[in-house]
Amino acid sequence: MTREAVLNSAVLMGLFIFPLWAWVVDEPFLITLATKTVILALAGVGLNIALGMGGLVSLGHAAFFGIGGYAMGVLASHAQSYDPILQSPILIEGTRSMPIIWLVAILTSGLAALAIGALSLRTSGVYFIMITLAFGQMLFFFAISWPAYGGEDGLSIYVRSEFPGLNTLDPIQFYAIAYVILAGVLLFAFRLRQSPFGLALNAARQSASRVMTVGMSPYRLQLVAFTLSGMITGLAGALFADLNRFVSPTMFSWQTSGEIMVFIIIGGVGRLFGPVIGAVLFVILEHVLGGISDYWLIYLGVLLLFIVLFARGGVIGTLVGRQASHD
Amino acid sequence: MSLILFIEQVLNGLQLGVMLFLMAAGLTLVFGVMGLINLAHGSLFMIGAFAAAAVAGSTGSFLLALMAALAAAAAAGALIEVLIIRRLYQRDHLDQVLATFALILIFSEGTRWVFGSFPLYLNIPTYLSGPVTLPGGIQYPLYRLTLIIIGLVIALGLHLLITRTRLGIQIRAGENDREMIAALGVDISKLYTIVFAIGAALAGLAGALIGAIQSVQVGMGEPVLILAFVVIVIGGIGSVKGALIGSILVGLTDTLGGLLLPALFRQFLDVSSAASIGSALASMLIYILMAAVLVVRPTGLFGAKA
Repeated sequence: MTREAVLNSAVLMGLFIFPLWAWVVDEPFLITLATKTVILALAGVGLNIALGMGGLVSLGHAAFFGIGGYAMGVLASHAQSYDPILQSPILIEGTRSMPIIWLVAILTSGLAALAIGALSLRTSGVYFIMITLAFGQMLFFFAISWPAYGGEDGLSIYVRSEFPGLNTLDPIQFYAIAYVILAGVLLFAFRLRQSPFGLALNAARQSASRVMTVGMSPYRLQLVAFTLSGMITGLAGALFADLNRFVSPTMFSWQTSGEIMVFIIIGGVGRLFGPVIGAVLFVILEHVLGGISDYWLIYLGVLLLFIVLFARGGVIGTLVGRQASHD
Repeated sequence: MSLILFIEQVLNGLQLGVMLFLMAAGLTLVFGVMGLINLAHGSLFMIGAFAAAAVAGSTGSFLLALMAALAAAAAAGALIEVLIIRRLYQRDHLDQVLATFALILIFSEGTRWVFGSFPLYLNIPTYLSGPVTLPGGIQYPLYRLTLIIIGLVIALGLHLLITRTRLGIQIRAGENDREMIAALGVDISKLYTIVFAIGAALAGLAGALIGAIQSVQVGMGEPVLILAFVVIVIGGIGSVKGALIGSILVGLTDTLGGLLLPALFRQFLDVSSAASIGSALASMLIYILMAAVLVVRPTGLFGAKA
């Protein structure tokens, strides 16, 4: 096992043991904090497929996080009010069932990622960053000015959605759902990286012209990667909405996009577990520094600046001591 | 809808457009010359507004406040260029995005720490307040008219600076070939600091001027920054002319869309749903414009071919 694999297993074990410990000593708040960490990590794993594997610096992933969140909010609010979403031509009712909500969240955010990606990938570099940021902002303003689902105030959901056979209101059971999903998506990302698609995507990042020479389209590879990436971030958004039982336009804000990207950088770009370690550190910092000072984001800013300027591999790069294989 | 309302909205769009230009011009110069994406440009806008509000609060002079905004933003710009930004020119865009995102966090929270979370207010001076009567009997706020004039004068000044002065020649040469002009004896790092400080000063001025219409608060810079990005995507990176035309296009689209779309939907929907659908669509209109430009010309209206 490489040092990175040891570190990854330790993180996965830690995320398994810590909530169990919190459950034994009866600290539900810590379990909720761990759930938040795992869900944010999931959003980061999604972005990492575009950013780490595809080299696509998307500053608009809050769009997919928000769409996932609103998929949950809209379906659950209609279930809450027994008011069908659509009556004609076919009857579509709201739902409280998590698997259905997840499916809708994945499909809608995937469609949005396909559309945004198809337009944004016509460009590259600085343009791509600005355009993804702009599309994220577009959905933010749309969510604010669309009055049907709470507008600026957001949407409160009174009960958490249901999962067959589990009591989702019990923190440890909801944590288990989020943990299993994260582990599954990490496995998916790991397999994707080694699949023919992942290898071709990797090649497209390093040299688009060589990929074209062997008859593959970098545009298509990157569009698929961007769409997959948006779907996973959308799923994370749905879980995040269920965690808080509240959705608001904040999920769409550009700061959310920035924060998801920050997880990846703190952990290490192009590393499978980069976003997981980044999200863990982010939540710990938020909790510890936030308790000390109201202005804890200054410290986060300084830390981030330090990592970008001096410790470019992030935490994993520093601990494992080797550049990520793709550079 | 009356013609007078329409002309008023056109002027409002123009006013938004020229203020966006002050932001976008600095951004596009920094892109063009240094190849840097600077998210912290919105923070410089905020710094200008806060400096102006603080100076206006203690001296009561609006002109001094504008001077303070220019000086504070230029100084902050030069400082971060020398300390941090300079190390990023050779890095990839991801590093630039993250380092400047970190700067946003530091500037925003630092400002909140110094000035508190409550918004400050910057008053329009008495000699610029009140309406003026334009030809055709249109009443329009003098201050907004002044903003349009200031913006257009600065656009002209910037054009002359770039096409007619020695500094402008160096800036254009720096866009084309930085090694070559360094070899010709131009101190390239000093040039970069100057260009960055000019961009920062324009952002700070825009912040102060806008601050007198809106409230001065933390986070005021980023929405404007993102609009300026849309402007640059439409106009083309590195082109000051593109930035001006893009700004005015975005300004007009935003204000006229908010006016015309709800009116358009009233033709075939009831009033309340026309207002909600119209305003929701109007808020997305400039991004739709951006998408349309992207489909036709991926490098923007005046951008160099990729």
